[in-house]
Amino acid sequence: MRNVYLDHQAATPLLPEVFDAMKPYFTEHYGNASSLHQHGLRVRDALKKARQQTAALIHAESEEEIFFTSDGTESSNLAIKGVAYANERKGKHLVVTATEHPSVMNSVEFLEKQGWTCTRIPVTPEGLINPADVAAAITPQTVLVAVHHVNHDIGAIQPVAEVGRLCAEKGVPLYVDCEASAGWLPIDVREFGASLVSFSPHRFYGPKGVGILYRNKRARLVSILHGGVQEGGRRAGTENIPAIVGAGVAAEIAQRELPARMAHTAHLQQRLWDGLRTHIEFIKLNGPVPGPRRISTNLNLSTEFIEGEGQLLLCDLNGIAVASGSSCVSKSLKISHVLAAIGLDHALAQGNLILTLGMANTEEDIDYVIETFAKIVAKLRNMSPMWEEFESGEIDSVIAPRGIGKSFSQHAAEVSGKAAH
Amino acid sequence: MSETYTLYNPTVMDHFMNPRNMGDIKDADGVGEVGAAACGDIMKISIRIKDGKIADARFKTFGCGSAIASSSMATELIKGRTVEEAMNFTNQEVVSALGGLPPVKIHCSVLAEEALKAALEDYMKRHPEAAAEARQTEAVPA
Repeated sequence: MRNVYLDHQAATPLLPEVFDAMKPYFTEHYGNASSLHQHGLRVRDALKKARQQTAALIHAESEEEIFFTSDGTESSNLAIKGVAYANERKGKHLVVTATEHPSVMNSVEFLEKQGWTCTRIPVTPEGLINPADVAAAITPQTVLVAVHHVNHDIGAIQPVAEVGRLCAEKGVPLYVDCEASAGWLPIDVREFGASLVSFSPHRFYGPKGVGILYRNKRARLVSILHGGVQEGGRRAGTENIPAIVGAGVAAEIAQRELPARMAHTAHLQQRLWDGLRTHIEFIKLNGPVPGPRRISTNLNLSTEFIEGEGQLLLCDLNGIAVASGSSCVSKSLKISHVLAAIGLDHALAQGNLILTLGMANTEEDIDYVIETFAKIVAKLRNMSPMWEEFESGEIDSVIAPRGIGKSFSQHAAEVSGKAAH
Repeated sequence: MSETYTLYNPTVMDHFMNPRNMGDIKDADGVGEVGAAACGDIMKISIRIKDGKIADARFKTFGCGSAIASSSMATELIKGRTVEEAMNFTNQEVVSALGGLPPVKIHCSVLAEEALKAALEDYMKRHPEAAAEARQTEAVPA
């Protein structure tokens, strides 16, 4: 059976060069960067080099603007809480996009319980924000604006530089979550006008267990982990040197290979979407169409009349690894908040699948996925009462309405007694 | 990959991949369709009654792997039972027969129970005489 990994948003394999660079730091160069002897000084040098390599990937002015954390979640917690606490006397208002990553949304909710207020910026049905909405939401009490570069679910590329200009005019620091774009799209913190930027190497062939937070020196930030004075006093705790070294090498390779990565994945993305929509009826692409407003690695699909977890399981049994934003996949039984924010019909959110491409994927892989997925859809539709009721004219399609029958939501509400959320 | 890992136990996976009694019954004696408000899944069970017993049961499900497996198992378990027996059917039987479900998926088995009960109610509505008889012989609820 062919194995096709289409979940690069979750994790990527470590590049051999990255692994080789990391190895000595597990066994030979095991020193603690805080130590003042040879062992410590050696890894201190390695730390500096990784700072330079990761700073270069995002066009930061100096490596001193790079903090190493444990992952993207820690980076966004530090960015949001660290800036909020540092500016508590100035004001307690935040502005965030409604479709931020849960680590951003939940950090904000945590602060709201402590007296901060937050304005959530809505998105268009394609998942894009209007920079003017951000500017309008800023008040004299606003201490931070948070937007993402690329959406982790639907691949939408936000007009970050425009938001950055408006934030600069109002003198409010901007945090940009680049977790879904780093290593696959150019990032320029100066062009973005960003005070803070986060990204993680496990999304671009580096190791897990390390995250990067860029902070412009002019942005005030206090530590949220209390301990030693590592990372300029902004992030206490012994540095994960092997992972940090790996992050540096992965960043350097990403910078070099960026054009090839974009070209390869854009080609496969187009082939995959064209193939799927040709072979499968009632399938919808969520987020912008492939092109300048969508990252080349992501396809977010809704296949009507069937549910996402069943699709995911059958894909997996056929060697295809994918993700889903369906409520059945989530531990909270809720659909992805991003799909809710773009106003996607609940029935379509239920049938959601997220496919993220990488460099090892081939045209043959894509053709196999199209062929296999068409069979999976047919199998699940054959089992679905919704498909049968659509065929008999009892319910209508959301994707391509025929004007016959009631809506899925109306039908679901009738049979379940209350409306699905 | 040399080893295969599965999200559910082998029995659940088997009922998901090779569902029993999938489909509809033409001119069924009772049809029940229910939805789970919690997650949005929808299940439909059709039954045929002969001599007061469930002669056939079939399902169609819009839902996750465990919802499909739960409806497959429920229809398997219920065949051959009397209408009265079927009225006392609980989701726990489905969970046990499947060898357990993850806690977050127990509601899938509840949906199977509800779909079956809805089908039985539909049957009773169509056959008031059977309903009267079932009420007489129905076991006293615990």
